[in-house]
Amino acid sequence: MANQATRDGFGEGLLELGKTHPNVVALSGDLEDSCRAVAFKKTYPDRFFSVGIAEQDMIGTAAGLAIAGKIPFACSFSQFVTGKTLEQLRMAVCYQQLNVKIIGSHGGLSVGADGATAEALEEFAHMRALPFMTVIVPCDAIEAKKATITCADYPGPVFLRLGRAPIPAITKESDPFQIGKAIVMRSGDRAGTFIAGEEVPRAAERAADDVTVVACGVMVSHALQAAEQLAKEGVGARVINCHTIKPLDRETLLAAAKETGAIVTAEEHTVLGGLGGAVAELLAQTHPVPMRFVGVQDRFGTSGDPAELLKAFHLMPEDIVRAVKDVLRSKPNSLSSSSRH
Amino acid sequence: MSPQPSPDLKQLKRVANALRQTILKMIAKAGSGHPGGSLSMVELLVGLYWHKLRHDPKRPDWPGRDLFLLSKGHGCPALYAVLAEQGYFPKDELMTLRRYPTKLQGHPERWSVPGIEIASGSLGQGLSMANGIALADRLDGRTRRIFCLLGDGEIQEGQVWEAAMTAHHHHLDHVCAIVDANQLQQNGPVNIIQDIEPLPEKWRAFGWHAIEIDGHDLAQVVKAYDEAETIKGKPQAIIARTVKGKGVSFMELNPAWHGVAPKPDELERALKELQAAV
Repeated sequence: MANQATRDGFGEGLLELGKTHPNVVALSGDLEDSCRAVAFKKTYPDRFFSVGIAEQDMIGTAAGLAIAGKIPFACSFSQFVTGKTLEQLRMAVCYQQLNVKIIGSHGGLSVGADGATAEALEEFAHMRALPFMTVIVPCDAIEAKKATITCADYPGPVFLRLGRAPIPAITKESDPFQIGKAIVMRSGDRAGTFIAGEEVPRAAERAADDVTVVACGVMVSHALQAAEQLAKEGVGARVINCHTIKPLDRETLLAAAKETGAIVTAEEHTVLGGLGGAVAELLAQTHPVPMRFVGVQDRFGTSGDPAELLKAFHLMPEDIVRAVKDVLRSKPNSLSSSSRH
Repeated sequence: MSPQPSPDLKQLKRVANALRQTILKMIAKAGSGHPGGSLSMVELLVGLYWHKLRHDPKRPDWPGRDLFLLSKGHGCPALYAVLAEQGYFPKDELMTLRRYPTKLQGHPERWSVPGIEIASGSLGQGLSMANGIALADRLDGRTRRIFCLLGDGEIQEGQVWEAAMTAHHHHLDHVCAIVDANQLQQNGPVNIIQDIEPLPEKWRAFGWHAIEIDGHDLAQVVKAYDEAETIKGKPQAIIARTVKGKGVSFMELNPAWHGVAPKPDELERALKELQAAV
């Protein structure tokens, strides 16, 4: 299957919602083409509102639409729809607990050549600090479509972070998707079996995992590649697709910490306050284990080809492998002393 | 429920005076709040709630009601007093303003009490919400009107002008903005902090039908609301020239009374002045 961007999955999902949900409307600040909302706009012109390059007004207008019973999807670049509008999202959307869906396309480094000003790398932290906000980061276009459709019936504010660059499909149409429910993508390498897409690995497989990589967005794909490499080296890495950063799937993450004893998080986002921060906040209070954080190191983005930037910013599978090896050295009864290595 | 054809202006004047007294008592009891900007908007609310607005305090969520959105949230003591007087909630709740655990937040929380349609307090956001409601109403065939009250200092916020463009672009003639141009903001006269004039010309340039009135003259207020309703194809802006702190001599046009509660002796003096004015 050809690579597809998560924004494309959103566009398909929105179009479908147009048919199934008469109350779904969409807004954009002159970026509906980039956000893949054009098909919806063409099919349902009365239900699409252009508000000009004015993101703050777009969020306020979306709030008004929601007050009057609509389910508005407000679309722009992730940086602008979360950054310029933080105050509007806080008061008009979250404080009023309105059913507004915030669509941030071109998130992370995937906007590439446009450079730092358009590369959103802090929005997980901004969005998840807002009361009542739900934060979803789909790992491929298939999941993005499901997330789009699912969030229309999930009451309250939802932020959906999408990417511009085409990425591999790693989930199937038939895989379940539930907001707030993380998915174990891989487990049990060292037990001699391999499972994918099962929510709860079987006991023997669970017990055999040495470490867990918790990832979201494109980093889930990278985590799976890292796990493949690690398996060859005799390390069993569980991979969790944590598509919902808020609310966090406490059960799945806590089980991973208890069963594998070490965690690496991976996100196309600053290491401050995003997925890694969320997981660390949970585990620090429940079951502290050694952790490492793969992400952008407190810096701005820069211009370049997205693939090239992921390398330059150390967000590749080999960076996850390195982080895993590092965290295993901190793990009590570390593998360095075990016969397996 | 339906607007009265010819309001008794003398009666409305008495209502406005009584509301001013209530507002000052509430803020004095709270020990903090914004008397100046609450007093300047009293006639604007009286003209709406006692004349123009199609509403029913017994059915605050009646889908056909006209909506009033307070964008200048710091003026909420005036709105709370109006809503209680109209019977939206018991009057004895008024004296809980700003004190934990109250429904009457220092700046409005949506539906904390019936009749509070939106949250405000972070300035500049109400008009965008009014537009969104109007767009949804158009899709759903609702014909209610949406009034949004803004402060003159507030319209220094850029979002207000984004919203002004949106309302014009989408021909939202059910949206009526009311600017309480009380001449002052927290740190001094609006024209010294950042001049916003000429107001009617600005709104007209943004495609709105602008009406300039004395915002304390109830006859003008009522007439402006009636005129605005007749305008088709474009949103309307009522520029209400008002006096911050109106009705209390030592508060009028004195920036010191933007966000300070009257002490007991000051409250007594203020109430005496207002009672003498009836």
